[in-house]
Amino acid sequence: MNESTATAKQSFITRLANPSRFIGLADRLIPWLTGIGLALTAIGLIGGWMAPEDYQQGATVRIMYLHVPFAWLAMMVYGVMTLAALGTLVWRHPIADISLKAAAPIGAVFTVLALFTGSVWGKPMWGTWWVWDARLTSMFVLFLIYLGLIALTRATPEPGQAARAAAIVTLVGALNLPIIKFSVDWWNTLHQPASVFRAGGPTIDWSMLWPLLVAALGFTILFAALHLTAMRTEIWRRRVYTMRRLAAQRADSAVRGAA
Amino acid sequence: MSHFFYIAAAYIVSAITLGGLAAWLVGDMRARRRELAHLHETGHRRRSDRQETLREIE
Repeated sequence: MNESTATAKQSFITRLANPSRFIGLADRLIPWLTGIGLALTAIGLIGGWMAPEDYQQGATVRIMYLHVPFAWLAMMVYGVMTLAALGTLVWRHPIADISLKAAAPIGAVFTVLALFTGSVWGKPMWGTWWVWDARLTSMFVLFLIYLGLIALTRATPEPGQAARAAAIVTLVGALNLPIIKFSVDWWNTLHQPASVFRAGGPTIDWSMLWPLLVAALGFTILFAALHLTAMRTEIWRRRVYTMRRLAAQRADSAVRGAA
Repeated sequence: MSHFFYIAAAYIVSAITLGGLAAWLVGDMRARRRELAHLHETGHRRRSDRQETLREIE
């Protein structure tokens, strides 16, 4: 060992490759993330209820404070899974597959909620629960991709065996993200075009924008808490699997030794 | 208030769904924790175990 390797400092991401170290960090972060996430979500939603009603949509604009954060998270969670897929395929980081597998059900729930809140907003404002326009259809495809990945990551007897397959499918599915984002520009949709993340700045008045941004931040932090909890559980699940297999092997060789 | 049903449905269903997700994740966590504790009680250890897992699940 030369001096440079002896003193080389591991990067933060590399240090987290040790599951026990990762669990130690998760233990410390989860209570804080839960508390801060709940507080910010409450402030955002209460602020949304105190904000003025929309001059066209009336009170139904209150649905926006749920619908927009859920739609944002539906896509962001898939972005997290895409990064995790790269972590598995490029760096073979041991936590990356755990992150991908743990995020999939949470992303699917946020996608369903984005579709549901959009539907109960669409009925009074558009006159229909559902329309097969490009934005709604591409979000529905995202939901189907989540379901496929949930099934794939749980399809093998050994947890984590499908890591590479799931990573490849995740990368292919990531093609859908720009389609969702730009669907409202590329096609003629009933869904409105972007009004928050757009060139030229948001078109929403500040009185409605700040509660929306605070609620979105709150839900995002709550996702982080849920994701870390699910990842820690997944590490424990894999430990239980390994320990049971080793116990079975030991029992087996003991029987053979006695015979 | 107009359209009260739609707004209430959005908030109530969202709260129930997210609450259900959190409950499922916590239930899964507790079940795995019990399994690990049981394996430790019956004397099973990982090779790399130096009481580290026990400390984690306490």
